[in-house]
Amino acid sequence: MNEIISNLAKSWDWDTPSKNLSDISQWSSNFSEVQELVTSMDGERIASVVRAGDESFTVCVNGEPWSNTFEKAWSLKFSPAGVLFVIAMNEDEWSVFEEDEPWNDTFEYVWNLNFSPNGKIAGVNVRSAEGYGASLNGETWEHKFVQVRSMHISNDGRNSAGSVQMEPLSEGDIVTFKKGIWGLAVNGHPWEQRFLNVWGCAFSGDGTRVAAEVRLKSGSQTIAVDGICWNEQFKAVWEPVFIPGTHEVIAPGLSSKGWQLHINGSPLWNQPFNQVWRQKFGPDGKRLAAVVSPDFGRWSIAVDGTVWKSTFSDVVIEPIFSFDSKHVAAAVKNNNRWTIAVDGVAWNQGFDMAWNPYFSPDGNMVVARIALGKNYFVALDGKLVLGPFEEMWDPIFSPDGESLLVKCVDDSRYFRKILPVKELLKK
Amino acid sequence: MYELVSGPLVWIAFLVFFAGMIYQFLGMLRLAKKDKVIYPYMSLKYSLRSLFHWIIPFASRNMRARYEVTLITFVFHLSLILLPIFLAAHVVMFSFAWGPDWRVLPEMTAQFLTVLVMLACLFFMLRRLMLPEVRFVTEPSDYALLLIAAAPFITGFAANRQWFEYETVLILHMVSGCVMLMAIPFTRLSHMLFFPFTRAYMGSEFGSVRNARDW
Amino acid sequence: MGLAPLPLVNDAGMDLPIQELTPERIAVVFNRIMNTETAARFKVYMNTCVHCGLCSDACHWFLSNDRDPRFSPVGKVKQTLWTLVQKKGRVQPEFIKECSRIAQTECNVCRRCSMYCPFGIDIAYLLLTVRRICSELGVVPQFLQDTVNSHAVTLNQMWVKQDEWIDTLQWQEDDARAEVRNARIPLDKEGADVFYSVIAPEPKILAQLIGNIAQIMAVAKVDWTMPSFDGWDNSNMAMYSGDFETMGRVERSHHDAALRLKSRRIVMGECGHAFRGAVYDGPKWLGWREPPIPLIHAVDFYHELITTGRLKIIKKFSTPVTVQEPCNIIRGRGLGVKLREIIDATCSDFRPPEPDFEHNYCCGAGGGVINCGPNWKASRVKGNSVKAEQLAATGAHIVITPCHNCHSGIEDIISGYKLGMHVKFFSEILMEVIEIPDELQA
Ligand code: HEM
Ligand code: SF4
Ligand code: SF4
Repeated sequence: MNEIISNLAKSWDWDTPSKNLSDISQWSSNFSEVQELVTSMDGERIASVVRAGDESFTVCVNGEPWSNTFEKAWSLKFSPAGVLFVIAMNEDEWSVFEEDEPWNDTFEYVWNLNFSPNGKIAGVNVRSAEGYGASLNGETWEHKFVQVRSMHISNDGRNSAGSVQMEPLSEGDIVTFKKGIWGLAVNGHPWEQRFLNVWGCAFSGDGTRVAAEVRLKSGSQTIAVDGICWNEQFKAVWEPVFIPGTHEVIAPGLSSKGWQLHINGSPLWNQPFNQVWRQKFGPDGKRLAAVVSPDFGRWSIAVDGTVWKSTFSDVVIEPIFSFDSKHVAAAVKNNNRWTIAVDGVAWNQGFDMAWNPYFSPDGNMVVARIALGKNYFVALDGKLVLGPFEEMWDPIFSPDGESLLVKCVDDSRYFRKILPVKELLKK
Repeated sequence: MYELVSGPLVWIAFLVFFAGMIYQFLGMLRLAKKDKVIYPYMSLKYSLRSLFHWIIPFASRNMRARYEVTLITFVFHLSLILLPIFLAAHVVMFSFAWGPDWRVLPEMTAQFLTVLVMLACLFFMLRRLMLPEVRFVTEPSDYALLLIAAAPFITGFAANRQWFEYETVLILHMVSGCVMLMAIPFTRLSHMLFFPFTRAYMGSEFGSVRNARDW
Repeated sequence: MGLAPLPLVNDAGMDLPIQELTPERIAVVFNRIMNTETAARFKVYMNTCVHCGLCSDACHWFLSNDRDPRFSPVGKVKQTLWTLVQKKGRVQPEFIKECSRIAQTECNVCRRCSMYCPFGIDIAYLLLTVRRICSELGVVPQFLQDTVNSHAVTLNQMWVKQDEWIDTLQWQEDDARAEVRNARIPLDKEGADVFYSVIAPEPKILAQLIGNIAQIMAVAKVDWTMPSFDGWDNSNMAMYSGDFETMGRVERSHHDAALRLKSRRIVMGECGHAFRGAVYDGPKWLGWREPPIPLIHAVDFYHELITTGRLKIIKKFSTPVTVQEPCNIIRGRGLGVKLREIIDATCSDFRPPEPDFEHNYCCGAGGGVINCGPNWKASRVKGNSVKAEQLAATGAHIVITPCHNCHSGIEDIISGYKLGMHVKFFSEILMEVIEIPDELQA
């Protein structure tokens, strides 16, 4: 997993081989409805929205219900740091509940609960009588807008940004739309510049700069950084990313040659592709990988401009780097079977579903969560080493790489297991 | 004059015809790569299925609905292609120059087919004049193409019947034949080349992508 | 040829933008599209067409307008592309308005004509190229453009805001629970068997359809989900206006949403054009030969639920019914037989239309035409009298239309020609005939 999680993982319990933390079948007899299960990253807690009474819901954690009940509750999520949040409503007032405690503000509506990459800050989009905004750990943007769509949080959680509509627009009004009434607001303060559209923004590593995809007119898109557009324009662009530790931006752009990655507007890798997106830097901040389609209907990964030898027919999800940035793996689907490919070599076996793969700290092993039918397995370097389980979450390597944390539901009971990798490999 | 036409001109006509067809064919292949979807969508099975339903008379719904056009166009095209190849006079000339010969059409049949071709051209012309939807999309070049297609048959028929001055008519016949040959690759008569490919592509797209019939 | 001029229709999406055009600007855009976006198909189709007019009888516009040759498929190509190509794009701005009218409001890109042309020339593709040219010149009927603007901003068709979407789902979940015990619309559930997507008119004006599907899913015990985030709308009018960049963005967000939730497959509601965009035009633009995860239309899904017995039919719908076979799922994906089978399984008095299956006439609304707005309604309804005759001849009282565009289009035909029929989605029939087991009765 990423560095932030591997840092957090240092303080987890890596010694107890197996904990049976809750009997889920018991939940079903205590509550007339148990919804989707979620687990904390460290596996110590499992939770679900459950029905508490005829028309009231609450949150059940390791079998224990919260004291608050709600008319509606959804989007139950653990933050990477392990704090449990839910969006909930009573008497038409929506708020966020953090570990059974509400945030101060209530709203007409709340959605898009997400976390800063460092796991410390939770944010939501909100609607109140004054308009649309965002709220982070209970602090709500001062300014309100006609509309705010989505919201992104900087790494450290100090800044948030979302695309905002600056003027009302009545249906059918193509003239006002053409003027450009969309902008980007950072911490609630909009850019001066307006565009036809603003999509998918990204923060620089230090959180001081924001880049976003913007549309200037039909068929003409580019990247704007803090409101200032690249000089070059493209037929279309996809999400930008900042080069780690710098304020330079990389984004895919479509020209008559095809799709290409661009750095501050200039082509980065020479060769154009049928498609390129989901570019991502390795932890070293230097190696760059992206999903590419070298030929129509064929998908692969390119690392620093070099395309893997093998290509796949259906889809390649996204590149995942090893900690030393030397290796890249991805969940791929070929001829309707999912599998994992590592440095261009796919595992032999195909599955009904494969989640993102993760490298061991030394980069020598790859683990992934796999499904065959409705059974879930741990796959290590292409072999199914554990399972089947009724439910399972992504396995996580211990910081020393010796063990795997596996969170699973087996025979209706929830287990948190620590398994020595050596023994798993023997199977 | 006769020597000039029956010698070099015929040579040139065949050369232009074959070179032109190859040129158009290669151009199509090159452009097909730029049209990213063509090669990935192509399917032999569905190409053949489509061709099959469109080269058999009345195998498609529209051929049944427009039965008169179907009947006439099949007679026209078959005669158009078979007559020049199996006409006794052509075969004799060919084997005189090159050696090999093959079965020829009886004189009466050949004359009959020639008349049919001419009548078919007349029909096509009347159709263009009388049916509003055809007239609307008719350009002068369409009449010109009809004329180019009909001319070798009209002149050939005249020569056979010894109407007018034989040698002049014969020269006209050869010239019009050469014009037709040379026109095929570079005019809409190139449909002779493209027909199998447009059908194959549509057949593949309907069959293997859309899972539907195209006839 | 003395053809009376067609009624003049004003449209702000055409009349204003053409004032900013000049023949030079038009030529620049036209030649760029010719050089960079068209290749073998365009060239071969244009050079192969022998001007025989045999495609005319395919087109409902031609048949319904007293065989007016301006409405024949090749006639539409002549009035637009022949001139554009001949003049290398140096045409007057008014000509572009004509192109927009012909290609965007008088052709449903239904592809019936490619089944009638002996060469299989794809006239719909040629007219889509005309739409592309118009769109790049900024000339698009006002309401179609507004729909495309909505796609660009919200990634859905009807300006539905993110909160409105989720709120509607939660309200429909409540309604479904009033009928079926513990019926749910699971939001953002990872790893579900079915990712269910709809078109924006459902949350906006036909929300009960979402409530219906929640009941059907609960009764059939389907493991399903819907996303709370963008990508839930499978419709795509940008595909039809010619704004392919926006089309690509919309399709990517739809497929990405399902991939992000690790769903096994996408099932989409009863809409035809959305199916075409999601299964064909969208993936093609993005570089996928087929959708990245299997995507099936509601007709296919209902067929599966009925034939595997997951939905039990306990009575038959007895009012005489006929069907509007949506071009994009029948001619576009071969679902004709399955559609007949589910109708047979649920209805006792089915009256087949003629012509049918691949040869069925378009509803006249598809291809973005209905989205061109009220100004174009009169010509659209007039342009499909053959549909009215075809439906009337069946003697049915209900027209089953498993497509949103067909649904609205057929309603307009029924009221325009006073047929006295009613239109139903298949799911509405299904709701009347399936068994809701006792233990699930709310
Ligand atoms: C061998 C391959 C050929 C095929 C498959 C073919 C097929 C067709 C088809 C499908 C049509 C459509 C209209 C109709 O059915 O009337 C057509 C029309 C026509 N073809 Fe061909 N053709 C071939 C060769 C030729 C040749 C070699 C010529 C003459 C040099 C020719 C002359 C014409 C003409 C003049 C028309 C237009 C009739 C009109 O004016 O409506 N064809 N052809
Ligand atoms: S409406 Fe259909 S049949 Fe008519 S021209 Fe367009 S695609 Fe062809
Ligand atoms: S049927 Fe085909 S060849 Fe004939 S006019 Fe129509 S498009 Fe052209």
